[in-house]
Amino acid sequence: MAADFKDMETNWEAYRKLFLIRAFEERLETLFAEGKIPGFVHTYIGQEAIAVGVCANLRTDDYITSTHRGHGHAIAKGIDLNGLMAEVFGKVTGICKGRGGSMHVADFSKGILGANGIVAAGTVIAAGAGLSIQTRQEDQVVVCFFGDGGINKGTVHEAMNFCSVKNLPVVFVCENNQYAQFTSRKLTTSVSDLSLRGAAYGMPAVSMDGNDLLEVVEVSQKAIADARVGMGPTLVVADTYRFGGHYVGDPQAYRSKEEVAQSRRRDPLLLFENHLILQGLADKEALELERESILELVDKAVAFAEQSEYPEVRSVIDYVFTDVTEK
Amino acid sequence: MRSISFGQATVEATAAAMREDETVVVAGEDIGWGGNFGQFKGLLEEFGPKRVLDMPISEALILGSAVGAAVTGLRPVASLSFVEFTMGAMDEIINQAAKFRYMFGGQVSVPMVVRASDGVLRSSGAQHSESFEAFFSHMPGLKVVAPSNPADAKGLLRSAIADDDPVIYLENKKITFRKGEVPEGDYRIALGEASVARSGSDVSLITYSVMAQHALEAAQVLFEEHSVEAEVVDLRTLVPLDIESVLTSVAKTRRAVICHEAWTFGGFGAEISSQINEHLFGELAAPVVRVGARSAPIPFSPPLERELVPEASEVVEAVLRTVKL
Repeated sequence: MAADFKDMETNWEAYRKLFLIRAFEERLETLFAEGKIPGFVHTYIGQEAIAVGVCANLRTDDYITSTHRGHGHAIAKGIDLNGLMAEVFGKVTGICKGRGGSMHVADFSKGILGANGIVAAGTVIAAGAGLSIQTRQEDQVVVCFFGDGGINKGTVHEAMNFCSVKNLPVVFVCENNQYAQFTSRKLTTSVSDLSLRGAAYGMPAVSMDGNDLLEVVEVSQKAIADARVGMGPTLVVADTYRFGGHYVGDPQAYRSKEEVAQSRRRDPLLLFENHLILQGLADKEALELERESILELVDKAVAFAEQSEYPEVRSVIDYVFTDVTEK
Repeated sequence: MRSISFGQATVEATAAAMREDETVVVAGEDIGWGGNFGQFKGLLEEFGPKRVLDMPISEALILGSAVGAAVTGLRPVASLSFVEFTMGAMDEIINQAAKFRYMFGGQVSVPMVVRASDGVLRSSGAQHSESFEAFFSHMPGLKVVAPSNPADAKGLLRSAIADDDPVIYLENKKITFRKGEVPEGDYRIALGEASVARSGSDVSLITYSVMAQHALEAAQVLFEEHSVEAEVVDLRTLVPLDIESVLTSVAKTRRAVICHEAWTFGGFGAEISSQINEHLFGELAAPVVRVGARSAPIPFSPPLERELVPEASEVVEAVLRTVKL
């Protein structure tokens, strides 16, 4: 389903998703600081245009695999917002019934094969989903989101080689947010242009500005369309910057405030807002109203999560197996 | 009944599953030509390369793609030649396959089978000889199967492929060419049911995989040379564990010797021993005894290998110690 960004509603929908992800993640920062969320939280702030731009080209029955920083991918692919928020709270109404939490959100009915706490674990899972599509002779596509930290994992090598050999409908989207946890990509990675890695697999590879929504849409559209018609996998590198720390509360001693401030000048939301205004697709007031209605959605999701119950403790063993229950 | 090998029995089970269900695919190392032990012989010819996939030597990919395929409509049987090779894909087994159903709140099941050959065979050395069932059994979400004979190999593999949860199917190298009577046609044995392979009243030998064969040899020696009647309980499936069959036998004999090829320390036998003690402490005539390997990697030199890993004679010695108590 190719997104048509000449259409006004498509632009607005993209803006809504961008801001919804931003608002959701910023609310999580607040909720975490207030001690309302158990565990820890990795936010997608600064990278929103990648998930939104890529998923604009996907159908509901297409698949994505995601990372520990997965809320944005899930929202862009259409996860239920209340179910997502309740999951982060550990409530029984969560999309994973409180078993998963922030790092393990998934909605298989929307093709979201799971956020994953193991770096680059999704790559080989995506390869399997691609193999499944090819075996079933369907025209679905898999998008595998992973990061510049993940690109140094062996699973990336194993998955890319195999997808290339079998010509599988898998698009590898490497989000180069410059930091692997707390360590700069520059200290850990053999090439500065990550798309060079594609050549080793005979795989088309392209870099793009991950903060420019329209560029993301255009580049990923071609990769996804190619995959859908049997032309095999592509490596798409989305250069971006992680505005937040590795996790909420990270003191970020490994980088300067100036570096972060510099990067925030190229905020993907601001870039897209400017585009909408310059193209006459929206004005500031209309965008402000839209943002308020999205903030209300987030408020409602928080209220839903807070009012929901925790899972009953007697259910703690449920869902381990399909057919075995503890005696 | 006709007699076929363990490996051939697994081919029959796989072929039957593939004929019945077109979503069953087999993927692994060196399977197109039949596999190291003939356990895939003829499958490529019958089902073609789209359903019998020769994979790169990329263990994480083989098992990770099985997870991805299993949650999107296929029923993969993934094979790694030797169980040690699963160590290159432990993330995919432990963090992915085992956890998906629970971690995602029951949204999906992961119907996949991991096949791997384990156990010692003629000086295969430290990285091709071991038994890792304790690792897998420890992890919630995995079912673990370890058959000891061709008929069970067929019946259990058929059920494992039909099962909706991830199943680790361990096929011991020493018995893979050994023949036995195997029912023809669609033969299945439910997972989680032990069998009493030999009845006896003096001592219970609790065992699985190749050691079930050694236990049967030991039981014969004990009967003929020492007038001891040993009962052999072949677990067949470690998870889910048929503890009732174990307890029924031990309640009768009041003595238990647990036998496996794997290391005794932290081994699966410790779990059995503990459960026997929890349920039958006051009724036992002797402490539960374990027969297994001492804690060292499997050595290459034949006499060292034989020293480390138990066979029937070690089972006989252990039983004689315990029946004197």
